[in-house]
Amino acid sequence: MAEAHPVGFQWVVEAKNRGAKVIHVDPRFSRTSALANTHVPVRAGADIAFLGGIVNYILGNEKDFRDYVLAYTNASMIVSAKYRDTEDLDGLFSGFDPGTNTYDQTSWMYAGSEEHAGDSADSAAGRETASGLRHESHGVPVPADVPRDETLQDPNCVYQILKRHYARYTPEVVEQVCGVPREKFLEVCEAWTANSGRERTTCLVYSVGWTQHSVGVQYIRTGAIIQLLLGNMGRPGGGVLALRGHASIQGSTDIPTLFNLLPGYLPMPHHAQHPTFGEWVDEIRHPGQKGFWANAESYAVSLLKAYFGDAATRDNDWGYGWLPRLTGDHGTYRQALDMIDGKIKGYFLLGQNPAVGSAHGRAQRLGMANLDWLVVRDLYMIESATFWKNGPEVETGEITPESCRTEVFFFPAASHAEKEGTFTQTQRMLQWREKAVEPPGDARSDLWFFYHLGRRLKARLASSPLPRDAAIQNLTWEYGADEPSGERVLQEINGFDLSTGKLLSSFTEMKPDGTTSGGCWIYTGVFADGVNQAARRKPGSEQNWVAPEWGWAWPANRRTLYNRASADPDGKPWSERKKYVWWDPEKGEWTGADVPDFERTKPPTYEPPEGASGVAALSGRDAFIMQGDGKGWLYVPSGLIDGPLPTHYEPAESMVRNPLYGQQANPTRKVYDRDDNPTNPSPPRQHADVFPYVFSTSRLTEHHTAGGMSRQLAYLSELQPEMFVEVSPALAAERGLEHLGWAHIVTARAAIEARVLVTERLTPLRIDGRVVHQLWLPYHWGSEGLVTGDSANDLIGITLDPNVLIQESKVGTCDIQPGRRPVGKALLAYVADYRRRAGLAPGSRPPTVTTKDADGDQ
Amino acid sequence: MGVRTWIEGWPVYRQLTGTDPLGRGAAAQSERSRSLTARTETADRVAKSVCPYCAVGCGQRIFVKDEKVVQIEGDPDSPVSRGRLCPKGSASLSLVTSPRRQQHVLYRKPFGTDWEKLDLETAMDMIAERVLKAREQTWEDADDEGRPLNRTLGISSLGGATLDNEENYLIKKLFTAMGAIQIENQARI
Amino acid sequence: MGINSLYGPLDPAPDAGYPDAPPRMGFFTDTSVCIGCKACEVACKTWNAIPDDGFNLLGHSYDNTGGLSADSWRHVAFIEQPAVDALAAAGRPEPQFLGMPGTTLPGESVPAGSRTDFRWLMMSNVCKHCTHAGCLDVCPTGSLFRTEFGTVVVQEDICNGCGYCVAACPYGVIDRREDDGRAWKCTLCYDRLGDGLTPACAQACPTESIVFGELSELHARADERVAKLHADGVGSARLYGHDQDDGVGGDGAFFLLLDEPEVYGLPPDPIVTTRDLPDMWKRAGLAALAMAASVAVSFLGRRG
Repeated sequence: MAEAHPVGFQWVVEAKNRGAKVIHVDPRFSRTSALANTHVPVRAGADIAFLGGIVNYILGNEKDFRDYVLAYTNASMIVSAKYRDTEDLDGLFSGFDPGTNTYDQTSWMYAGSEEHAGDSADSAAGRETASGLRHESHGVPVPADVPRDETLQDPNCVYQILKRHYARYTPEVVEQVCGVPREKFLEVCEAWTANSGRERTTCLVYSVGWTQHSVGVQYIRTGAIIQLLLGNMGRPGGGVLALRGHASIQGSTDIPTLFNLLPGYLPMPHHAQHPTFGEWVDEIRHPGQKGFWANAESYAVSLLKAYFGDAATRDNDWGYGWLPRLTGDHGTYRQALDMIDGKIKGYFLLGQNPAVGSAHGRAQRLGMANLDWLVVRDLYMIESATFWKNGPEVETGEITPESCRTEVFFFPAASHAEKEGTFTQTQRMLQWREKAVEPPGDARSDLWFFYHLGRRLKARLASSPLPRDAAIQNLTWEYGADEPSGERVLQEINGFDLSTGKLLSSFTEMKPDGTTSGGCWIYTGVFADGVNQAARRKPGSEQNWVAPEWGWAWPANRRTLYNRASADPDGKPWSERKKYVWWDPEKGEWTGADVPDFERTKPPTYEPPEGASGVAALSGRDAFIMQGDGKGWLYVPSGLIDGPLPTHYEPAESMVRNPLYGQQANPTRKVYDRDDNPTNPSPPRQHADVFPYVFSTSRLTEHHTAGGMSRQLAYLSELQPEMFVEVSPALAAERGLEHLGWAHIVTARAAIEARVLVTERLTPLRIDGRVVHQLWLPYHWGSEGLVTGDSANDLIGITLDPNVLIQESKVGTCDIQPGRRPVGKALLAYVADYRRRAGLAPGSRPPTVTTKDADGDQ
Repeated sequence: MGVRTWIEGWPVYRQLTGTDPLGRGAAAQSERSRSLTARTETADRVAKSVCPYCAVGCGQRIFVKDEKVVQIEGDPDSPVSRGRLCPKGSASLSLVTSPRRQQHVLYRKPFGTDWEKLDLETAMDMIAERVLKAREQTWEDADDEGRPLNRTLGISSLGGATLDNEENYLIKKLFTAMGAIQIENQARI
Repeated sequence: MGINSLYGPLDPAPDAGYPDAPPRMGFFTDTSVCIGCKACEVACKTWNAIPDDGFNLLGHSYDNTGGLSADSWRHVAFIEQPAVDALAAAGRPEPQFLGMPGTTLPGESVPAGSRTDFRWLMMSNVCKHCTHAGCLDVCPTGSLFRTEFGTVVVQEDICNGCGYCVAACPYGVIDRREDDGRAWKCTLCYDRLGDGLTPACAQACPTESIVFGELSELHARADERVAKLHADGVGSARLYGHDQDDGVGGDGAFFLLLDEPEVYGLPPDPIVTTRDLPDMWKRAGLAALAMAASVAVSFLGRRG
């Protein structure tokens, strides 16, 4: 956090100065570790074993916050008798289909509700469309009335299942899997549990490297289980906080430039699952379901009204038929491979630099070299615009300018100072930026670019008789003359009451009858009372510590989600020290420092009437209001591709045999088995020793992602001028590496070179009786800019988390050797020789399932 | 400047007659030093902004003089950042004003060995043509069972996490209407 | 004027001809909360439009700046101290510091007392704005001067690049820029101070490792911080440059360190290089005054 988010870290330092204990768990000793009370070096890729050990400690010692757990989590719910755990099946859950390597999730459901698994049972399609992402704002559908055992004794209740699942994650196993001495591990357990409860809360902070694993979603789930068991969710000083690394990466998920989502986490229509408007909406709202998602039709109709205006009518299903349909995986890695295969004609790059920033840089560049045309919009000249003349493949002769057919357009972009608009920062807060000056020369905002591209397309297709052009013809597209008005776009996002022309103040005002519009329902309210709430700048020193009058957070300006849980079931603060939002019986409403994340006047004693659905079905104690059952989920009965509980799997590339299960790696991980995307061998396969070291990558304070905004600036380039690799003194001795000398790092994809920093900030770990060396690389370098160097992401292959299709790029295996890498064609031969020694012959396809009876019946 | 003021402005005179006989302080202060003022104080206007690097969302103040950005620093009013910035945020001024920034549309022909300049409007027309052509070449009306697809897989896009919400909104809206579904950003990476 | 002006405790601004001087301003740099982000280096360069200092990987942990120079007015030092086996260390005699260059980084061989864990120290170094500033005392052009805030500033319109100041600084701070030959160093953002603003580095510092303020208040804050750290078991916390009885009369920019000054590359006992100047002056003073007077007359004559 100190490394990549230094200004956010001021609050950690301040907390530490006030007595908080700061624990940093990371393979490498970073700037964060330097200020932490304790640094725990851990093996990269073993986080579920570590956190699972903490779950086991909590349950084994009954350290959970029982009142909270009973009231607000699904601990007491009874799971189907057909459920079988990874403990029973050597690392697989019940329902595994070896044909697709996905699960039928029916047996994971609550008892008596197995048929509700519904569409989630088809997890092969779910994986293709990254369906897990839809749950960013809400849970998947589950029935409201589930059998429960408040004593938590029923062997099939979630609490007992959790206990059995993690029983083997003992301090000894944590030490064996993660390399963390048990004393150090117990120190973390004791600190975390002692600092949680009525009087105290603990915050879990992760940076989004956590998502870059083949089990990334389950990493975060394990953290969430701990925080729920300890009562740290929805409370001040608690939570699971993601530190995201781009100015508006949260915003670009909420209002997605993502293939599988529409604004507000509505799913993109799927050709088979959502042929009609009705089926599409029903999949979102699930008739009869509890919670706010039940109003999905209003959100969907309002979006289509925002898109198509008067042309969207009830008779034409609000223009639903004009929307394009998914058929499967259309993610960025699928696209890169499709480019290599010549399936894609044109590519827009908008402030993004995949030649350096995406996994498997070589595949990215070879893909771009096989397009008809490429549009790059950026502030500076980046590697993705010059791959045809300066990329590593030019050096090896695989790409030459004379033979590369791709037509490349570079458009200079306007900087943040040269356009108005909002960023959504990592805690869902929108902040409006004023425009300071005009952009220089031909530089334009992306708002300008797409507005004028859209105007051109509309003009050219205005008289087209083709049905395919109706969507563009009917698209509402009036945002001003030359420079479009950002405020006008934000108002469209907020939405209008179309009968009065007034801006909406809340998504609860949205209607399914076509009388309201709104481009992103969770952002409705950013123009509450007709005022741009995101532009509010009341100084922090002049308001309460929650600072609700600075910017605007979705939904409804709530700063802490599920904050109903900061009060006990009766609506009273858990303690005076931790009071945040509570029920005021005098006034008959919820009140506190934040906007209550609950219906303001629904009392804690409210019980839903028989047969209620939607919001009315939420009881006065259902704090997790977007969840189908109103509860925080320790166990996920439906909706995750890889299982209802996080389980330790080895990374896709590991030199260690999974000590816990026969199943080595996540059996449902998304793989692209192609000769141009080889994976280093892991046990039980042979030749894992060809790549005997673990590597991880991350950021330096002095640089930003792929370097386009930092390696171009002298003041940042001078602070970290060269690509380097960090190794421990022990590894340096083992491989003959010298401080400041050159070394090269090799995987089945590439060999890159770097200067060596020998440092004790990296520590060899003892894993399962052997020494495991880890090395670390920053990933900021490429061939353009004031300072240049090889790209760490070239080392990484494409293997994805099955829930969200994010690549495993924070852990892999490699070799490291002293000296610079070979150049030219010799480099290709050098890497090919590693592949040969590793048994990665063309066409070889490793088995995914490695349980002891993998060859037999599951 | 009269002789008298000229003499009084002379350091040695000031040193001999003033409060600073050693001539190391007030007497040594130059005219330039005396008239120094912070360029933030003489700015024509200040735009309230937000740092463009990570997602902490630190407040920035952008100082403008003669339609040029002359300084970017932290906004002390921000409850997120309290006026502070990291090295990247502190480098925002050079991010915006660096002479290395590209200011022209550049074009590389198929099989070309170097960039050439292109007029912005011409380039926009060329992109529109190419989008329509790619769409036409790769359009899919329906799947094998006749269910609507209504799309193209011939066009891709990557980016958005460093853009504004308003920009992402227009991108998604336009691409969806075009039938182009393959749009992605850093959130998938 | 007395001997006091060149040595010993002193409030420098009134002594330098500012009878109504504002309170002395300075920096308190608390290294115990420094995260080594280098925002100070960049904010300083951005505000003062300082050139880059070259793109060289130095291998001194994460320090690629190397030290204070004409083109780096803030410098963040990084010191990696290996984990120490406390029992083994206790059995070893403490090595004497001989002031000789070692083969290891500073601090690596320093005994660690009760410390056992690996430690990564970071410190943002800066001009000390000494009470008795050798650079200022030797400057023959009046380019270096004491401001009303008690800080020491080079006036770029006057400096002729003679370089006497470079040798006179007991900390090795001030430096000549290669291309223009003039001397440059931290001005404590003199232009910002005049408008009541905080210096750029302190304004940017994310963790308040660099605090700007009235020196007397900073001293009190520093004393409290040391007491708190000692109470929290950080016995190695100590102040550096705060003592007005030291060899430079105390610094306008002082530090809280977690180890010996040498570990951070700071001189343990700096002494103003002009300490003995008053003795010399007594002999040279009359002659200098006479010469100054004759120069003045000759100028008047030419100008008139």
